[in-house]
Amino acid sequence: MSILINKNTRVVTQGITGKTGQFHTKMSREYANGANCYVAGVNPKKAGESFEGIPIFASVKEARKQTGVNTSVIYVPPPFAAAAIWEAVEAELDLVICITEGIPVRDMVEVKNKMRKAGSKTVLCGPNCPGIITPEEIKIGIMPGHIHMKGRIGVVSRSGTLTYEAVGQLSDLKLGQSTAVGIGGDPVNGLKHKEVLELFMNDPDTDAVIMIGEIGGSDEEAAAEWYAKECKIKKPVVGFIAGVTAPAGKRMGHAGAIISGGKGTAQEKLAVMEASGILTTKNPAEMGKLLKSVL
Amino acid sequence: MKIHEYQGKEILRKFGVATPRGKACFSVDEAVRAAEELGAQLATKVWVVKAQIHAGGRGKGGGVKVAKSMDEVRQHAGQIFGMQLKTHQTGPEGQKVRRLLVEEGADIRKELYVGMVVDRVTQKVCLMASSEGGMDIEEVAAHTPEKIHKVFVDPAKGLTDAEADDVARKIGVPEASVAQARSVLQGLYKAFWETDASLAEINPLILTGDGKVVALDAKMNFDSNALFRHEDIVAMRDLDEEDPAEIEASKFDLSYISLDGNIGCLVNGAGLAMATMDTIKLFGAEPANFLDVGGGATTEKVTEAFKLMLANAKVKGILVNIFGGIMKCDTIATGVVAAAKEVHLSVPLVVRMRGTNEDIGRQILKDSGLPIISASDMADAAQKIVAAVSA
Repeated sequence: MSILINKNTRVVTQGITGKTGQFHTKMSREYANGANCYVAGVNPKKAGESFEGIPIFASVKEARKQTGVNTSVIYVPPPFAAAAIWEAVEAELDLVICITEGIPVRDMVEVKNKMRKAGSKTVLCGPNCPGIITPEEIKIGIMPGHIHMKGRIGVVSRSGTLTYEAVGQLSDLKLGQSTAVGIGGDPVNGLKHKEVLELFMNDPDTDAVIMIGEIGGSDEEAAAEWYAKECKIKKPVVGFIAGVTAPAGKRMGHAGAIISGGKGTAQEKLAVMEASGILTTKNPAEMGKLLKSVL
Repeated sequence: MKIHEYQGKEILRKFGVATPRGKACFSVDEAVRAAEELGAQLATKVWVVKAQIHAGGRGKGGGVKVAKSMDEVRQHAGQIFGMQLKTHQTGPEGQKVRRLLVEEGADIRKELYVGMVVDRVTQKVCLMASSEGGMDIEEVAAHTPEKIHKVFVDPAKGLTDAEADDVARKIGVPEASVAQARSVLQGLYKAFWETDASLAEINPLILTGDGKVVALDAKMNFDSNALFRHEDIVAMRDLDEEDPAEIEASKFDLSYISLDGNIGCLVNGAGLAMATMDTIKLFGAEPANFLDVGGGATTEKVTEAFKLMLANAKVKGILVNIFGGIMKCDTIATGVVAAAKEVHLSVPLVVRMRGTNEDIGRQILKDSGLPIISASDMADAAQKIVAAVSA
């Protein structure tokens, strides 16, 4: 088992004909059960054509009707990405993973509010994220598949390469992963730490979780407080927060990684996590070891 | 992206928000002429000379002065223009004043605060308003949070009349001025929304003696991801207010931020870059910069990154930390070697590479003949560079 995606997930790629979409669709299809999972692409201008044998449809709705896809991955350029999310929501998919980096915040505010008003059940992951992987079953996104190993540790993170770092450390220690989820570094996004943590706590095949955060916002605090107060099935969680050395008011790469109004500092997040029973480390080279120590 | 107060006021005026009459000036003489022109229309001869820099706290630093005669205008403008204005946001070196705003004086009866940001929890635009204008809003939030009133705006409806009126009354706008306050608040929201702002703040928003509601200040920041659809705002960018190293970096699509330490870091990915900086600190030194080379680092990009880091005289050593996923370690290694040769690297360099083709990458570094120190993990890398710079 795993969370969110597994070998039976059927994926439509939005933006399959662009350079990034082509490259990563190819890489993802070559990973584990990918050849069976990647069944459709979308481009209104190229409907009827195909990419390496994957049929291209005019719309997500049409792709769903023809192939039964339940999940979409988005590589559409930033100015059109929010509309692509909405298209997948209207097609009532279960999960939309938006990889695109650089979407205007206003576009995300609009699409998230439309989703809420429509009472949509579609789960959004991202944008500006590496995607999700359930090792040895399916990879949806841009992460390097080969560093992963099947197992029972959950990983959730706001940043890409730092997720790979954690996964690499776990695999080196022969601790496989149930699912690794990159939720992305944008201020207005879909899945939050709390929701992913909840999924892992309820997943019978996950034993412990590494939660990686960074400066800005209060998602990590919300997840820690949920873990302390409301979480019913409690499994060990260890954490790291990037940005102890980040100065206030400077955006550290990710649009969401900024300390503003004295809020969202790494120190504050670490304090709340520790108080909530989440073990933390200040040494990112030791995330794997710390996790191993709590098993 | 940040803009000046006078530019913020120009935007607000377009959305129907009242501001004092005034003019942006680029010299002392220009400031005096602007005051003379303005003076002809004033009943009470009072002007305000305001330093235009991107940092806040200008008044406390001596960058805002009231003048009651043309002599005083010239005197204040002369003092402020060209000064190194130091505020809590500029850092100890201050920021040189290159632009002035000369405005008519205002008859202030009451000072209020209004601001807008995107709230990450509700994922809506949040209007914050307070009766405590003129003060640092973070102070108000910390000590008297009950004095801050918030409205989370439904993006489908915008800020409604009822919401605006309610907030106006809560912050002490008298009944006779509520309709005016409504148009200010709605104008501020429209300005925020339509320009893709990330912050809009009027502090203070004043009530004048004759009951008018006027924006005495304007601070606006914009979402850099949305600038592609706002040519007019891009045109307001003032490069004098930005760090030259950060401007240079942006030309090569590098995300760079100058810091105070002496160890340059070159990393792929923002989170890993921050984590690398943190590890350097953990082992007793300070990073000289944040530098994310992104996902597709070419030899050219890596070379530019080295040049940027080395342009900083404080840099005594460089740490490269790459988790090669899609990007292969041999590609990075080739880039690092080429860059080190091109810039005639003379400070210690520690490289830690992980991921696809890491063995080939390490061999390339070894065969280069350059004194590159290899590291096995992030902690090892940080310890090695800290030791190298303190040797």
